[in-house]
Amino acid sequence: MAKVLSYEKQDTFIHELSGLTKLIVFLLWCFTSALTYDTRVLAAMLVIGAVIYYISGTKWEQVSKVFYAIMFFMIINMLGIFILAPFEGCKIYGTRTDLFTIFGNYIVTKEQLFYELNVTMKYFTVIPGAFIFLTTTDPSELAASLNGIGVPYTLAYSVEIALRYIPDVQDDFHKIKNAQEARGIEMSKKGNLISRITNTAVIIFPLLFSSMERIDIVSNAMELRGFGKKKKRSWYSRKKLTVRDYVVLFSAVILSAAALILTYHDGNRFYNPFV
Amino acid sequence: MSEPIIEFEHFSFKYKAQQFPTLNDINLKIYPGEKILIVGQSGSGKSTLANCLNALIPCSYSGEVNGTLRVCGKNPGKLGVFGMSQIVGTVLQDTDGQFIALTVAEDIAFALENDNVPQDEMVQRVAKISEKLELTDLLDYAPGAMSGGQKQKVSIGGVMVSDVKILLFDEPLANLDPATGKSAIKLIDDISKNDDVTIVIIEHRLEDALYRDVDRIILMGNGTIVADMRPDDLLCSNLLSDNGIREPLYISAIKASGAKIQPSSNPRNIEIMDLEPYKEDIKKWFYSVKPSVKQYSEDVILEVKNLCFRYDKKRDILNNVSFKLRRGEMVALVGKNGAGKTTLSSLICGFLKPVSGDIYFRGQDISGLSIKERGDRIGIVMQSPNQMISKPMISEEVGLGLKVREVPDDEIEKRVNETLKICGLYQQRNWPVSALSFGQKKRLTIASILVMNPELIILDEPTAGQDFAHYTEIMEFLKELRDKTNITILMITHDMHLMLEYTDRTLVLTNGNLIKDAPPFDILTDENTCEAAYLKKTSLYDLAVRCGIENPPEFAARFIDDENRHRRASDRNKSEQGGKNG
Amino acid sequence: MNKKFGIKEVVAVGIGTAIFVALTAVQIPLFLIPNTYLQPRMAILAFFAAAFGPIVGGVIGVLGHALGDAIFYGSVWWSWVIPEAVVGAAIGFFAKQYAVKEGNFISTTNVLIFNGVQTAANAIAWIGIAPALDILIYAEPTNKVFIQGAFAFIGNIIIIAILGTILISAYSKISGKSSGLKLED
Repeated sequence: MAKVLSYEKQDTFIHELSGLTKLIVFLLWCFTSALTYDTRVLAAMLVIGAVIYYISGTKWEQVSKVFYAIMFFMIINMLGIFILAPFEGCKIYGTRTDLFTIFGNYIVTKEQLFYELNVTMKYFTVIPGAFIFLTTTDPSELAASLNGIGVPYTLAYSVEIALRYIPDVQDDFHKIKNAQEARGIEMSKKGNLISRITNTAVIIFPLLFSSMERIDIVSNAMELRGFGKKKKRSWYSRKKLTVRDYVVLFSAVILSAAALILTYHDGNRFYNPFV
Repeated sequence: MSEPIIEFEHFSFKYKAQQFPTLNDINLKIYPGEKILIVGQSGSGKSTLANCLNALIPCSYSGEVNGTLRVCGKNPGKLGVFGMSQIVGTVLQDTDGQFIALTVAEDIAFALENDNVPQDEMVQRVAKISEKLELTDLLDYAPGAMSGGQKQKVSIGGVMVSDVKILLFDEPLANLDPATGKSAIKLIDDISKNDDVTIVIIEHRLEDALYRDVDRIILMGNGTIVADMRPDDLLCSNLLSDNGIREPLYISAIKASGAKIQPSSNPRNIEIMDLEPYKEDIKKWFYSVKPSVKQYSEDVILEVKNLCFRYDKKRDILNNVSFKLRRGEMVALVGKNGAGKTTLSSLICGFLKPVSGDIYFRGQDISGLSIKERGDRIGIVMQSPNQMISKPMISEEVGLGLKVREVPDDEIEKRVNETLKICGLYQQRNWPVSALSFGQKKRLTIASILVMNPELIILDEPTAGQDFAHYTEIMEFLKELRDKTNITILMITHDMHLMLEYTDRTLVLTNGNLIKDAPPFDILTDENTCEAAYLKKTSLYDLAVRCGIENPPEFAARFIDDENRHRRASDRNKSEQGGKNG
Repeated sequence: MNKKFGIKEVVAVGIGTAIFVALTAVQIPLFLIPNTYLQPRMAILAFFAAAFGPIVGGVIGVLGHALGDAIFYGSVWWSWVIPEAVVGAAIGFFAKQYAVKEGNFISTTNVLIFNGVQTAANAIAWIGIAPALDILIYAEPTNKVFIQGAFAFIGNIIIIAILGTILISAYSKISGKSSGLKLED
């Protein structure tokens, strides 16, 4: 199936870090990116993101499709903001510097351009984080890492099961869809909305029904091998933390603290070049 | 002899929802190091018995227990599923469902992880087990990249890693092709010889399970133990066939010749059996029965010409495949996993487009037809009925294909009722599908395809995982259907009995090439073809050769014909008597 | 049955999430509004929530949305992940009432309760929480985020009301005990 990002085995510095380290850094990264709107911090994050992307050896073909999809979405989003709120930037930065008029009330201002630039940067800061996390972290390590940051192991194991079954479910879905299409039930664009939805139901129902059976089989198999009886659980594929991991973790914490201090020291999360 | 490791004493069990006990007054002793085979048809209680050993009964399936059961001196009900998992390792029939983790190594380690074993120790133990089972090179494989036999090895590793005392195999052959099944039985035998374990195998495919010796066979029927005997003794009796278990084919053939089998001749395995006492009877029988004659229609329904398919340049999935299907034929399509069987059926149905080559339906090129248009002429029935059923009520399900083709309601009703009558589900037409048995569900999915009046149906593994009774039910239904409607049936299968008994022709695919297109008797008596397609030579071949019969395929054909004639005659008698009594 | 998180729930979350993620790419276009799609995966979320309760529903919402976003779009929009969990959990709170596996979802009352709950839950999630988080995190214009939220709200109630109800009631019909079945001539 197209558009799927997946892990690729390599031996770069990033690949060799423990999944736990990468998960914590990823979450810290998301957290910082969510809180800040400081242009300098966003710019720094983009640069750091680009550097990590380079080190991680992620190939452009691995991510290009997804990247274009996001670009498309971003353009729509930017236009949407301008059409619906052409003066949002002026409201935020408190000044108004007109550049030119498109028509009527749609006037392009410096503040709006700067604001939309910031929104774009902010969206882009999250992207390398998720890209790199997914392409450099062995899925087997994910459950152990989640358990490592305090998620109960039962819940963490749900993630492992989800990753285990995504390919199977995709496969089943295609098989069922083909067989139903041969019976004449198509998920095509023809027909009205209701018939399109009911046709979808005819394809999804067998998938659900057989999955409910699978839940019983898998839970029996897990119980027979002693899942869930002890308070703690060890992980075969957990990667132990090394000095490298501690250095990365320490730097990440310092950097996000610095970013947040820089952002909020004047009581406003926006960096304002207009006053 | 030492103390028994498993001991049932006047043991009975009744499921909560059921009126009558499923296990009734079981008395059974199994000793350390023994290798026991438990056989019985569906509903005989053999799976229930197994679930008592690993404590799923009474811990997960509640019900009423009477009498005592001791495993390693302990009461499983008290110890619980987790406690028992350290003593009894269960290898489930569905090895894909038992493969829980993302990779082989993690899956073998699963029980150790749950037991919170330190990581370093875990790595060592996994390495040791995987070396023993020859899985070392596969440790970071995902389940999707593995064959059924490999997955089963992982399941075995996953329970052996806990140093269990008893290994319990629930229908280990159900999802394997015959050749892989043979190596599974050999592997189990090796474990039994080299490790300090007791082995309990539950299986209804007796001939395949007996490829290696077992100490005793426990035959179950109606919740009780019908026989607890050495294989040689049991095979000489008629207890197996009386209780719905298929005897090994060579045994049936010898019995058919009128000879009486003696335990002293080692009947448990054709390779070591002494055939001297039976030779003359078998030969005499062979020359006395009619030669088997097959008639072929010349009316070609489907013609595949020089078909090629590949996803990328690296490997051909199908290479220049050509064959014809004639009207009213039943044909088997065989080959190991990945040989291209599914690809071939997907190309015929239009799910995939060929790289080159043509498909003709009644002489007309169908390359321009959509999936749906092909669906009017060619129906496809998936392996698992639950993957096809999309409506909760039976008549709705059958009518679905007509409804989306905008057939008028009164005509839908008429055609649905006709089809349900053919498929023997008319009386149940207003039931929810959940009220049907597996075999009935299979018929329902076939009905929902038949209603569109296709001239060819393709069935994917129609009998996979079914015991002899269900297998017979499904196959007799298909044969009757063919006789009534003259429909052409193509079946993708691993089942050698199915090929022998129900097909006119077998197509053998290997690595994308159609290497053989011949009657099943010719294929199952040809060593090279069998090996290439992961099949097993039929034991009828060995029997014929060792009795000095010069035409083994003809011997196989005559025996199967004769057996079918007898079975159908006795079925007719039964149903006539049933009619009088009812 | 509702509050505990045993093995069956662990597996239900895992497999439910797998289906949710796998169906991320399956969308039904709405012709009225360009570039807007109905998401059948929402009906999967509703199904698992109704069948297994609030925890399973909530967790599938978080995991499914986060993994789906990450795998298909290489990015995680947390402001839309959290509302998804709210929808799953809210529908799941009434799992005992629907008694899907016991065959009770076929009653009109239950279908109405289910659709009442899902409408309310979707309103809170997409017209309340999602826009609020978008404003808080991305400082996006108020009118824009509410319009976006409203579209998501409408799309999700439609798909759950039709597809969700069909799937759940069909499953309920099948899994309930069938008694008093008679052969008819």
